[in-house]
Amino acid sequence: MTEHVLNAEGLNCPLPILKAKKMLKSVPSGEVLKVISTDPGSVADFAAFCRQTGNELLSSSSEGDKYLFEIKRS
Amino acid sequence: MLDQVKDGDLENAKSMSIIVTKGTLDWAYPPFILGTTAAAMDMKVTMFFTFYGLPLLLKKLDMKLTALGNPAMKMPMMGMHMGMPNLMSMVPGVDRAATTMMKNLMNKKGVASIEDLREASIDSDVRMIACQMTLDLFEYSPDDMIDGIELGGAATYMEVAAKSDINLFI
Repeated sequence: MTEHVLNAEGLNCPLPILKAKKMLKSVPSGEVLKVISTDPGSVADFAAFCRQTGNELLSSSSEGDKYLFEIKRS
Repeated sequence: MLDQVKDGDLENAKSMSIIVTKGTLDWAYPPFILGTTAAAMDMKVTMFFTFYGLPLLLKKLDMKLTALGNPAMKMPMMGMHMGMPNLMSMVPGVDRAATTMMKNLMNKKGVASIEDLREASIDSDVRMIACQMTLDLFEYSPDDMIDGIELGGAATYMEVAAKSDINLFI
């Protein structure tokens, strides 16, 4: 299984979501996209994005000033 | 196959329409941010560009910012938030400087450019309608506008709005 990683560091709303959506299109169903962001707003936004689109937010965590998300493609 | 069905199945998708009426740099953001984000969240999006919002469809964008009539506009400067007296806008070059300052600030903070957001709208199949009346009124030609847009009027918009879950006027 290839690892799918999106580095969205330094990007502000709505770019992390837009880039994640674009990348998810190439992620096969059931596989996981990891997103790294530095935008504090992306915590609430990725949760909402996943609820709306039906993709599963496996984890949402922070490490220093970085936010990490794992999204399972529906 | 299943993926195709999921991506292509917009029958039950939520939908949103936005009337875009303002074309300054600051006012250009809300419609494009919400439009692109809604499209990313699998919604069908239609944007109707009218009056001063119409120039946002021009091939070459030239948006400006003004402090005039916007006392809430304060920029972070030298560790403070500095406002700009309305009178300052009268001084030649001040609005241009404020525009440059805002663009630099946005760039520094990782905020997308309007050009990028407009491109993202096109890529995510946002339907963009240019108001025919505004084109006539301000003497623009469809050739001045980017490719892939439609021309329409109030009835075209109302048909979309009647079927949309969310309708915004910005």
